Amino acid sequence: MQRLKPVDVVIAGGGWVGLAMAKELAGRTSLSVVVLERGPARRLKDYAAGMDEVDYTLRYRLMQNLAEETTTHRHSTGQSAMPIRQYGSFNPGTGVGGSGEHWGGLAYRYLPDQFRLATVLREKHGRANLPENLAVQDWGVTYDELEPYYWRAEQMMGIGGKAGNLRGQIVEGGNPFEGPRSHEFPNPPHPQTYLVSLFAKAAKELGYHPFPTPAATLSQTYTNPDGITRSGCAYCGYCLRYGCMIGAKAQPTNTLLPLLVKRKNFTLRTGCSVRRVSHRDGKASGVTYVNEAGAEVEQPARVVILASWTLNNNRLLMLSRIGEPYDPSTGKGTLGCNLTHQVSAATPIFLDRPLNGFMGAGGLGVTLADFDGDFGLDPAFGILRGGHIRIASGGEAPIASFGRIPPGETDGSWGSAWKKAAIKWWDRSASITSEAEHLAYRQNYIDLDPTYTDNFGDPLARLTLDWTDHERRQAEMTIKVQGMVAKAMGAKAGNPARRVGAHYSTVEYQSSHVSGGAIAGASPETSVLNPWMQHWRMPNLWVIGASAFPQNSSGNPTMTIMAMAYRAADALVDRYLKHPGALA
Amino acid sequence: MRRREFLELPAKSLGGLLLYTLAREPIRLQAQDGTVRVPLRFFTAAEARMVTAACERIFPADDSGPGSTEAGVVIYIDRQLAGPYGRDKYRYTKGPWVESIPEHGNQSKATPREIYRDGIRLLEDFAALPAAQQDAKLRAIEKTPFFQLLRRHTLEGMFSDPLHGGNAGMIGWQLIGYPGPRMSYREEIGKNPGEAWRRKPVSLADSLGHPVTGWEEEKD
Repeated sequence: MQRLKPVDVVIAGGGWVGLAMAKELAGRTSLSVVVLERGPARRLKDYAAGMDEVDYTLRYRLMQNLAEETTTHRHSTGQSAMPIRQYGSFNPGTGVGGSGEHWGGLAYRYLPDQFRLATVLREKHGRANLPENLAVQDWGVTYDELEPYYWRAEQMMGIGGKAGNLRGQIVEGGNPFEGPRSHEFPNPPHPQTYLVSLFAKAAKELGYHPFPTPAATLSQTYTNPDGITRSGCAYCGYCLRYGCMIGAKAQPTNTLLPLLVKRKNFTLRTGCSVRRVSHRDGKASGVTYVNEAGAEVEQPARVVILASWTLNNNRLLMLSRIGEPYDPSTGKGTLGCNLTHQVSAATPIFLDRPLNGFMGAGGLGVTLADFDGDFGLDPAFGILRGGHIRIASGGEAPIASFGRIPPGETDGSWGSAWKKAAIKWWDRSASITSEAEHLAYRQNYIDLDPTYTDNFGDPLARLTLDWTDHERRQAEMTIKVQGMVAKAMGAKAGNPARRVGAHYSTVEYQSSHVSGGAIAGASPETSVLNPWMQHWRMPNLWVIGASAFPQNSSGNPTMTIMAMAYRAADALVDRYLKHPGALA
Repeated sequence: MRRREFLELPAKSLGGLLLYTLAREPIRLQAQDGTVRVPLRFFTAAEARMVTAACERIFPADDSGPGSTEAGVVIYIDRQLAGPYGRDKYRYTKGPWVESIPEHGNQSKATPREIYRDGIRLLEDFAALPAAQQDAKLRAIEKTPFFQLLRRHTLEGMFSDPLHGGNAGMIGWQLIGYPGPRMSYREEIGKNPGEAWRRKPVSLADSLGHPVTGWEEEKD
């Protein structure tokens, strides 16, 4: 194995978190920082040539190569897990920028009470009335502590939206249920499309509070505090699963990388697959990886940061034998616990007028939080937490959106009659979607698969994950609201897509918001990381990403991930570097 | 090395559109009989004829507009199967292979190429049958992985960017009103609510001013 010259900081993963940590460390200190990214480098012009539905939506060209590494899944400990052989319920990205390149740019904050969820649920319902196997936890950090970091991330990306709670004052037009914001959004919301305005009007008539979905696609030309100027969104529609060809969608490659490449103390190595964190006597000493040429390399470092996707962070810890693996039969161990996804549902809607659905941006839409968190829960459903309901003009590409037909209009799914109906409805159909919180349960966890391996022969991560009645009831509640809004829009509603079925399915896309496993918390007995994302048992190892979420909230996780990363960066730079050791 | 196989198509059925689509392939246009000979990468000529006929039943030319034959769907499928997708280059293909529950998706070892080769055998003399019998035959295999793949690929070939070999002359996009990948709708977004915005489609190559290579061209 080739042993490189030691560096100060090595970061595994070149996505949002990896490049944000690199930018904070390499920009604010003279430390040498190396980022290892297993995928390729990409350029803006690659993205213009990538406005192609076949290669990018249907063949997942920006995603991790499943032939090299995937994940296995089973519903319960009694079953054998099967590899996820082709993309389905979630899509982790690869290459510089990671999933931050192909994301849709939906930039919600989480609700304040999410960060104290175990306490909140206990206080409201009493411990005895909660499901026995519920494993939700407080995060060890509060919304108020995270707020400045949310704001830093929002400024960096230039999020557009409308505040609904400005320093405690409820503001018309924003989300009245959100936590207090210290500032109005850096940019105004996107213009509304016909589809979005119909939804907003209908929701208002029903007494709800639709607000512009916070979007990381710029609504106008914007210069961020780092001096990075990006142009406003062109609404080309090639957004989710595509890189932005003009840089209007905030991506690590157009916000952070341009600053990093100017720093002499920053090195980015692509084509490098990190396989292990090396460690001795409770201290990380660097990482080992396989480089682009296939050679094994050791990179010694004083500080190691894991900044890869949720499941990869977990797997690296497990393969490196850092921490005690979680055992669901005894509840002992913490590594791999509290695996969550999200509770999604969709109702197809059919309208009289054409929508020009090909125009849009991932975050162009409106959201209802009237049924989010603890708000507006219909007792008939007996649920502990709700979720977002929203509509978007996200940019419809012609293949995936072809074939939506109102129920009863034609039999079958091919032939002349079907073709005519599908053509008629192609630009008159859309979906109302929702994402609800996914609570953590003792039985849902991550460990290493005993059978299936990656291209290096290392065991794959294994998900043991299934729905409970609670998630099915959450989905039914959101579907009920979707149907009411559809009706008020004057739309015909189709059969709802029940993505939360009898059992968790790896087949249909749900969201790429898989969370947990290396969770943060207030105590080393119940979490892997302290509230600054520092490993409880290995102070020079930091593990950052949605892997730290003790349970999943509604909506998209990127801003919360980034807020936690910035908070970790401050703790690292301002405190840890001065006195290396466990932060108290 | 397999013998070079060609798909022969009457040029007038395509209105010359395929020439545009296939600009990067050597095509021999035989002016006398108006036949376009498209070199095949995966299918034999006989297989291509069967697949063409089956796609045409899935997405037929009718009074609503052109169908899969005119769009050159079979050429799209031929290229996809010949490329990395066709041999599952980006799918997890390590064993053990075990049948599982539907929630675990496709756990079969068969590649798209193998699914087609096996499926085409079920079609036998398909191209020669009258339409009603063709439909009956397809209905009988509707639940098979082959038919489901064929149906999906037919739609892909109808509505993909022409860079992939289908959607010749962008007739699929014209059929539904999709204007193609365009660099900006800044002037249009949010304007004229409820009114259809329709333009003659542009391809990605048109928008960029240079040709674009699809993933299927990736060499092993």
